[in-house]
Parts: sequence; C-alpha cells; structure tokens
Amino acid sequence: MTETSQHSGPVLAADGRPLKASLARALRREKLRAMLLIAPLLVFILITFVVPIGQMLFRSVENQIVSDVLPRTSEALEEWSYNDGAAPGEAVFFALTQDMVVAAERKEHTRLGSRLNYEESGISSLFRKSGRKVDEIGEGYADQFEAVNPMLVDPAALTQLFATSAWSEAVASDAELAVTRTFKVNKDVAEALPRASDAFREFAVFNQSVDEKDPRKAKLWNSVSLALFEDLRQNPAATVDGPASAAIAAAAAAVPAFDVEDLAQSFAKIDKDWLDPEVWTVIKRYSPEFTNGYFLNAIDMEKTVDGPAWRDEDQQIYLKLFWRTMLMSMTITISCILLGYPVAWLLANLPTRQANLLMILVLLPFWTSLLVRTSAWKVLLQQQGVINDIVVWLGLVSDENRLQLINNATGTIIAMTHILLPFMILPLFSVLKTIPPTYLRAAKSLGATNWTAFWRVYFPQSVPGIGAGSILVFIMSIGYYITPEIVGGTKGVFISNRIAYHISSSLNWGLAAALGAILLAVVMLLYWAYDRIVGIDNVKLGG
Amino acid sequence: MKTTTTLLATTAMTLAGTSAFADAHMADSMTIVSWGGAYSASQQGAYHDPYMANTGITIINDESSSEAVAKLRAMNEAGNVTWDLVDVEAADAIRLCDEGLALEIDHDEMLAAGADGSTASDDFGDSIISDCFIPQIVFSTTVGYRTDMVGDTPPTEICAIFDTDTYPGKRALAKKPLANVEWALLCDGVAKADIYEVLATEEGQAQAFAKLDTIKDDVIWWSAGAETPQLLADGEVVMGSTFNGRLFSAIAEQDQPIGMLWDAQMLDYDGWIVPAGLSDDRLARVMDYLTFATDTQRLADQAKYISYGPARASSAPLVGDHGELGIPMAEHMPTDPANSKNVFVTQYEFWADYRDDLDAKFQAWLAQ
Amino acid sequence: MADGTSNNAFVEFERVQKSYDGEKLVVKDLNLSMPKGEFLTMLGPSGSGKTTCLMMLAGFETATHGEIKLDGVSINHIPPHKRGIGMVFQNYALFPHMTVAENLSFPLEVRKIGKAEREQKVMRALGMVQMQDFANRRPTQLSGGQQQRIALARALVFEPELVLMDEPLGALDKQLRETLQFEITNLAHQLGITVVYVTHDQTEALTMSDRVAVFDDGRIQQLAPPDELYEAPQNSFVAQFIGENNTLEGTLKEVKGNSCIVQLDNGDIIDAMPVNVGAVGERTKVSIRPERVEFDKTRLKADAHTLKAEVLEFIYMGDIFRTRLRVAGSEDFVIKSRNAPDQTRLTPGQQIEIGWMTEDCRALDA
Repeated sequence: MTETSQHSGPVLAADGRPLKASLARALRREKLRAMLLIAPLLVFILITFVVPIGQMLFRSVENQIVSDVLPRTSEALEEWSYNDGAAPGEAVFFALTQDMVVAAERKEHTRLGSRLNYEESGISSLFRKSGRKVDEIGEGYADQFEAVNPMLVDPAALTQLFATSAWSEAVASDAELAVTRTFKVNKDVAEALPRASDAFREFAVFNQSVDEKDPRKAKLWNSVSLALFEDLRQNPAATVDGPASAAIAAAAAAVPAFDVEDLAQSFAKIDKDWLDPEVWTVIKRYSPEFTNGYFLNAIDMEKTVDGPAWRDEDQQIYLKLFWRTMLMSMTITISCILLGYPVAWLLANLPTRQANLLMILVLLPFWTSLLVRTSAWKVLLQQQGVINDIVVWLGLVSDENRLQLINNATGTIIAMTHILLPFMILPLFSVLKTIPPTYLRAAKSLGATNWTAFWRVYFPQSVPGIGAGSILVFIMSIGYYITPEIVGGTKGVFISNRIAYHISSSLNWGLAAALGAILLAVVMLLYWAYDRIVGIDNVKLGG
Repeated sequence: MKTTTTLLATTAMTLAGTSAFADAHMADSMTIVSWGGAYSASQQGAYHDPYMANTGITIINDESSSEAVAKLRAMNEAGNVTWDLVDVEAADAIRLCDEGLALEIDHDEMLAAGADGSTASDDFGDSIISDCFIPQIVFSTTVGYRTDMVGDTPPTEICAIFDTDTYPGKRALAKKPLANVEWALLCDGVAKADIYEVLATEEGQAQAFAKLDTIKDDVIWWSAGAETPQLLADGEVVMGSTFNGRLFSAIAEQDQPIGMLWDAQMLDYDGWIVPAGLSDDRLARVMDYLTFATDTQRLADQAKYISYGPARASSAPLVGDHGELGIPMAEHMPTDPANSKNVFVTQYEFWADYRDDLDAKFQAWLAQ
Repeated sequence: MADGTSNNAFVEFERVQKSYDGEKLVVKDLNLSMPKGEFLTMLGPSGSGKTTCLMMLAGFETATHGEIKLDGVSINHIPPHKRGIGMVFQNYALFPHMTVAENLSFPLEVRKIGKAEREQKVMRALGMVQMQDFANRRPTQLSGGQQQRIALARALVFEPELVLMDEPLGALDKQLRETLQFEITNLAHQLGITVVYVTHDQTEALTMSDRVAVFDDGRIQQLAPPDELYEAPQNSFVAQFIGENNTLEGTLKEVKGNSCIVQLDNGDIIDAMPVNVGAVGERTKVSIRPERVEFDKTRLKADAHTLKAEVLEFIYMGDIFRTRLRVAGSEDFVIKSRNAPDQTRLTPGQQIEIGWMTEDCRALDA
C-alpha cells in the first residue's frame, strides 16, 4: 500500500502534483507537436470546407437585399396588409419612387427583381421596366417648381440649401472636396424638409461616390422635386434660413395650386402589375432580413398570406427530384454491388499475376477523364450507337424500335454504375481479401452446398465491404452532377443538377443553398441510420 | 519549431500567391470570353492573331459565353472580375447593362469610324441596341435537318418541328426558352406581329408551353451550339435548331447530309461588352483591342471564317470568299435577301426583361 | 499389412497421384488402407504431400490419377459436402459472424435437422469438449485452445465416421498442445471414429496415433505403429526424421544372417543389422539411436567391434546426459545416458571407446 492510495483524493505524482495534471503536462508537448503537424490540413479544411459550408447554410436563410434596396418602401409597407385587397396608398408609392430612383441609378433594382422573381415570376421584368422609367416620375413637379423659381431645381442652389455649413465652407475653399468630402445634411433644414433633404442627400452622395461628380454640377433627380412637393404639401409652414428662404416660401405658397401626380397611376402606366396586391405582398413578405422562403421553396412549398402552402401541382419539382435522386442512387448502388461483387471476388481469389492485371482493368477508368468516359457512353448508348447497332444486328429489336438508352434514367444508371463501380470494387476487394478460403472449405466439409457455403458463411463476412462500398457509391451518386447532365436528358437528372442550375444559371444561390443543405441533411440522416442499423464500425475500407 | 513556421508560411503564401500570381499574369495578357468552336476560331483568325502579332499582347480564350451573365454576376459579387472582354447576345448585353455589370460605351469616341467615313454609331446603326453593346455580327437561330431522313418532302417551313407525323424522330432544341417559345406560338397560330405581346402575358406563356408539350417527349435538349450538328451527323435527330454558322460548317465544310431552313430564322445580334469595374490600365488595353477588332476590315474578315454577317454597314461590301473553300460567303449570310424572306427579329428588350421569368418557367416545365 | 486392400478397409487410396502443374507430381503412387476406428497420422516435412492427400480425401482437391474409396465406395466424384467427413482446420476456421452454438448448429441445419434435436446435439458436442458455458460467445472472444475445442466439437457434432485434422494444434503453445493431444485421442477412441491426422510434429504423431504414415517426396516412406517406426525404421529418411539418430556412412563388407560388417570411410569396422542394403561392396548408411550407444565395455559382447571416440561436449539435461563425441571424423555423434546414481559423467577431452548391440545398429539405404 502506498501512501497516496490511502487518501481518497486524487493520486499524486512524486512531486506532489495530482498525477492527472502531471500526465496532461507531459502529454501536452506531444499533442501540440501532433497538432502542428496536422495544422496545414486543418487550415485547408477550414478554408475550403467548413467556411464554404457555413456560408452556404447562411445563404439559405439570408435575405437582406429587400431591406437594403428598398429601405423606405419596406418600412412604409408595415402599415399595409394584403387583406386590404388593394395596392398600398400614395405614401408607399412615394417611398417606392425614392427607393427605385436610387436603386435604378445604382443599378441594384435588377438584382432585387431577379431575387423576387424566384418567389413570384414576373417581378424581374416589372423591376427592369420600372427602373428604366422611374426617373420620369416627379418630372411635372420639377417643371412647376422651375416655373416658380429656377433656383428650386438648380442643384448648386439646392446643395447650398441642404448642406451643412461646414461642408459648404470646406467646398468653397477647395472645389475638389465637392467630390471627395461626403455630403452632409443640415439638421435644421432636414427638420423643416425631411423628405427633400433625404432625397437630395441620396442624389448628392450618389454623384459623389458612384459617378465621382460634383453634385452641384450634376443633373437633378426629379425625385428631389417630388420630395420637396410632398414636404411643402404636408407642412406648408415650413421655413428655412439662408438665401433659399424666399424661394421655399414662394414654393410653399404655390404648391396647393400644383397639378398633382398620382404616383400609383404613374407606376401603373409603367406596368399595371404595380396595382396588383400580389406583388406587394411578395415585397412585404421578403422584407425581413432572414427568411425560410428558400427552404419552403426547396420542398415545393411557398409562403402565402395564409402561411406556408404547397405549390401548384405543375410547379412541384424538388420533392420529386429528391425522391428520384434517392431511388436512382439506390439502383446504381445495387447495380454496383451485383456487378462489382464477382469482380472483387475474382480479384481476391485469382493468383497474384492475374489479379494484378484485373486490378489494372478495374482502375483503368480512373485514368480517363470523367468527361471523356461519359461522352464515350453517349457514343455507345445513343440510338444509332454501338449497342443499338449490335442489338439490331443480332435481330433482338427491329431497326425502327431501337432502344432508348440515353437521355433518360436508363442512361444515367448505366453510365454512373460504370463510373462508380471502382468505388464499390475496391473496398469490397480489400474486405474479401481478408476472408480466408478455409471458411468456405470448412462450410463445405460441414455439409453445405456451394451456394449455402457462400450465402451463410462467405457473404455475411463480406457485408462490411458491401457496406463501405455502398456508402461510398450512394453518397457519391446522390451528389453527382456531370454524368446525369450529359446522359440524363430531362428524366435522368438529379437534384444536384438543379443545384448546379441555380448556382450557375438562375443564380438563385439561396435556393441552391437550401437544396444543398437539405441534401447534406439527408446524407447525414442516412449515415446515422446506417450507423444505427449496421454500425459504422463494421464498415471496412481495408484489411 | 522551425519546420512548423515554414509550413505555416507556405500555407499562407499559397493562399496569398494565387491572387498575386493572377495579377502578375495579367500584365501582358487579357482574357476574352466567347462561345468556342467554329465561332471562336473565326475570331481568332480575324481579330486575335493579327492583334497579337501587332502588339505582343497575349490573348487568353475563355469559352464561357453561355454562362456569361451568371458568371459576371458571381464575379461582381466576389469583387474580382477576371475577364477583360465578353462576347454576348444582344439580350444579355441589355441585361448586363441594366445590372451595371457592363461598361457603358461612347461608340463614336471609342471605336474606329467606318471605312466609308461614316461615324461608328451611324455605321453600326440599329445594331447598337444598348449603351454597353459593341456589335459584331448578325446571326440567326434556325433549323437543320437530315436530308436522308425526311423522305421526298424536305421541310420548308419552321412548323415542321412540331409536325411529328410527317417527320417522325427526335428533334434537338435549345435548353432555353429563347426561339422555342416564339416558334411554338407562331406554329400555334399566333400572328408574327403579336408574338411578343402574347408572350408577355401569363396565358401566352402557358400557350407556348402547351404547344411545346406536344413534342416534349421527342426532344433532345442541347446546351452548346455544337451539339445539334453532331446529333444530326450521328443521325440521332431528324432535325434540330442551332446557329446558322454551325449549320454552314456542317453542310459546306464537312459535307454532311444536312439541309437547313431559313424560314422564321430568329435574327439576333452578337457583340462585345466590357465588364464594369476594370482597372484603368486593363480598360485602356481592352479599348485598344476593341478599336482594332471592330473596324470595318476586321468585321469583314471574320466572315471569311464563318457565315455570320458583319454588324457594320461599311463591312458588307468587303465580305469576300470563304477562307478555305473559296465559295462566296455573302449568300450564306442570314441577311442575304434570298435567305431573309421570312425573318423573325428577336426582341432584345423583351428578352432582357422576361428572360428571368421565362427561364424559371421553362426549367420548371422541363423538370416536370 | 501396410499396403494393398483388405476387406475391412474403411479408407483406401489406390495408386493415387496428384499434380498441380502437369509437370511435377506432388503425390506419387500413394497406396493406403485403414480400418474403421483407426487413428492414423500423416507425418512429414512441409511439401511432402501429406496435406494434399488429406485435401483429396476431403474432396477439396481431385486426384490426378487413382482412386480414393470410403467404406468401399469410390468418392472421386463426390463433392466435399456430400462426403460426410468432419474436418478440423489448422486455423480452426470458426465462422466469426456466428456464436459458438451457431457454429455447431450449422452442419446440423444444412442437414435439415429439427431445432430441438439440433440444440440437444450441440450441447452434447459442447459437453464432449467441456465448453457448454461458452455456447453464446463469439469465436473471437475465445482463447486459441478454446477455439480448437469448438472446432473439434463442430467437426464431431454431425457424427461423421471419419474426421480429418489438418495440423489442428500447430498454433498452440506446448503445454496446451499436450493436453489437447490427450483429449483428442481419448475422444476419438471413445467415439470410435476414424481419424486422419496431419502434422509435422513427430512427437505428436508418436503419442497420438495407432499408425503413422511418414511422407517424403510424395510417397509414404513407412507406415507403421509408432514403436515400430522408432525402433525399426525401414530407410534412412525415416530413421533421420523420427527421433534423434546418429548416422555413419560406409561400405558393406560382409553379410552373415542377421548381422553384417560395415567398413566406415576412415577404415574402422562396425557391426550392424542389415535392414535395407544392397550387395556387398555397396554404400550404406548405418543408424544408431543415441540411447543405444554403450561406452561401458563390460556391457558389450566380447567380440563386438568398437570405435574410438573423443568427448567434445557434455550437456546436463536433467533426466538425461547428452554427450557429443568425435567419431570416425564426424563431430556430431551424440550419446544419451540416463541420469542414474551409478552413471558415468564424461568430461570433454576424454578418450573413450564406444560400441552397441548389433541389432540396434541398422544398416540402411545410402
């Protein structure tokens, strides 16, 4: 009995420290060294794998574009509801005009249009058309203000009016600063004319930052006049100090007599869809910065005023595609097992020389580019292709009824089975190699027929190899993209082809991310299920 | 410990090096994006080779034009535009211009005047369909067919595509709505003048897809222009749509048993856009190239290699014979009076506005 | 009795030959016949053809020529699973995905025996090897010895009349091996089964078998009960292979009845018993067991020839002494003497004279 073991407390090392701490200290150096060795890989994985996946997951819910591009409109829309049964009122159209003018100048409206088009087809063209013509709205007010006093539409005078005195003085001393020093709004004026100063600030800052122009020399936006009219109409008593005070007072006096422009009608003239509450509800629905819309979309649902609902029958494609992907991947996996097992068995049982030759044949496809292999299948499988020629020559089918082996699911299954076969054969082979032939002999000596010996004794021991191969093949195949794209036509494509389409063509990255996230979840679920049923420890990739 | 530092430094350098290398690489080269195949070859012969010989600048070809809009959007988002010049269809140029992804051009100031003395904008005329667009060629999307698979009555008009009784067999159509929906409506009895008006409505779009439904099972969808000539050559399809230049290559240069229709050819422009956001020195280099590559002689030269019409009026008289075959090229141009009896001019504005909408619907329809 | 057929033969090999490559015979003209209930061991160095013979009997290899009979019926064309022969393999070959009970139950299942009877037979077989408590273990959870017991039980559970064992104890340590040797022979005799046992361990062969067939170069060199094999080897290979032996080479000088005179290469003359020799004047190898060599002249016949020897090494081995001598130019001549109170302990360098009884020194083929 040592002294330490008499205490019930922690075991102590020779120097009196707890043994555990001592051990940890001794191991820390080793661990650190090991960590440094794997650090490059860790960094690599972090940068190329973890970060992109994280970004993808983020993109599937991120939705800042609406509130970024239409900040005033989304705020104004809070009051409005679809149940009103009509398009929102003038206040919202006013906000929309201000937002759209800025967005169109900054060329952001098309991107927003594309974004909202994912939800409601037709919005893209609506935004594009509107962006081209929105600068005309408010033109009437500009003319009428000009008639009152040209100063009211003169950018130089308005700059003087809306800028802080500090900004004006700085610019007066150095004209260069008119471009480089960010325009600041005078607080007093902003209080008297809030909309106009906001509109003018957008105008000035846009000219400075995007066009790199002096706002005093730029062409004034009509939206500024529209905003000034709105300010003076709502607050006829507004006054400002300085040189423009007389002009503003005159304008305030003249405004009640102005011809009023119906903004809703102006927008309706560009496109009557602006009067459709459906469009507005989409904008309102996607105003928040985060959305589950992409995920709903990815499972063939959509947001409606009554909450999530299934899409129309003829627009439901994703669930069908997920299901097809699963089913076809399963078929491919099973074909790989059926075709790969005998080959793996031969590999494991042939004498070394022949086995090596066979192994080279198995690996041969790896040395050819995937694209070349897939294109070769095209030559083989097409209706005037080699296989059809042979079948017709043999008289198995008539020339008129050549088999449809490509541009459909059959083509995808054939080509992908071929491409993924080595991924089944190799793990299977490495497991079969470790099963001594004595087991089969033992079974036969115990009275089992060849089939019983195989099925009851050999096969169960090869299951870990089948498991490893199947996981590999199945997971690779549900993520496959190039081969189905080339030989799958429209009926043999996978969900990954849709993801690729949304990534590279429709640029609906949010939906692509949501689909990808679902695919990832499905794979992990299957992996979990496999672990529960078969046990991942039973998967062997080698001896 | 020293080893580890080196390892970490290497990793960091690899990451940083990629962009540093790209910058250095760009110093004396530019990346020009086009459609590949016979078309890129014609540009190589008419523009790139002489320009490289003159200046010593290396031109790198990228064949991504079919994905140009998507890729430019992505590059813009990533803040790293690696392309210097992009060849796109007219509608895409409008879209890119609307989105601020293409640079607006002052054609008269930046491009060479016509050989006949006209200003650039007069010389190009109507083909300047967007401020960002520098026109190059007029091309058409049309239909080719196997002469040996149509019996004694070769098709003469576009609706043969939908006539599976007279012309049984597969057809190759583009995996995009452009041209397909117009032809569908045309063959469904909509007057040519009304087509875009009808297409702008939900019902009109549904009508087009309903017409396409009738041949959906007989269609092989292509995504690269070279596929249709190949499918025709293999006898996989009885007819298929593609660009007239590709059909010219297959018929005149490769002597395939293929015939082509000019009926209801979809006339369209193709040209350059300069990506927005290039640095000043890159921009200067690109503009120098553009001035050279779009002058009267160069545009006429391109027609030696491929049967597309030059976009400059002043180039038309200079169009000569095929570079190798020696046959006169003018009669193979989509604009030749004999070929343009029934022309369908693509409405770029419509497609710029409705491409997103119709693409989404078309893809959903395909997946059904 | 060794060769040919007899009416009560259970297992018979008749002029059996086997070649794998068509160029070399692995088994050359094998003739063997064994009665029911015999425990026969095939002993020989590796590559001698003994395992091939066993595999032919089991049906995993086909004879290139000749006939193999079981209970009077030719089994050349009967597939292994119909031969009804139990077999124990070198590495046990217990099915790793089945429990012990399932392993044992397997041969009964394929014979379509009912569940109740199966269970009863399995437990009885486990009882025979004292492994009843391990029925639900997996083979990997057992020690080597336990696994071998299970393999044995599995080979016996379907009550075969013939059991083949292919070096079953090769992977076990010495002590365990000895215990199991005893158990196996006991069980075999108890059940009255016929056993063909393959080993390259001669002690195992001698202690377990009724008869031993010594294989070399594809032939049976000698087939005899253990004592006969040890004491009366028929040729120099068997003499060398079984037990320790001293060999002296020389020329046959004279044969008279049950004794002969051999002149060694250095000119010395010795007495021997002619067992397997040619005519006078031909070369021969004489073999003498170390424990039969005498260096105490008083215990030899008066007219016996003796040889001069020099003690090179004396090793104390507990129960015996082992002394290495230089005799007739050879330096590895060994004698063994019992550790008895009156035993002389030789010292290195000592010059002695050695001799033997004529019948202990066998003149064999050269």
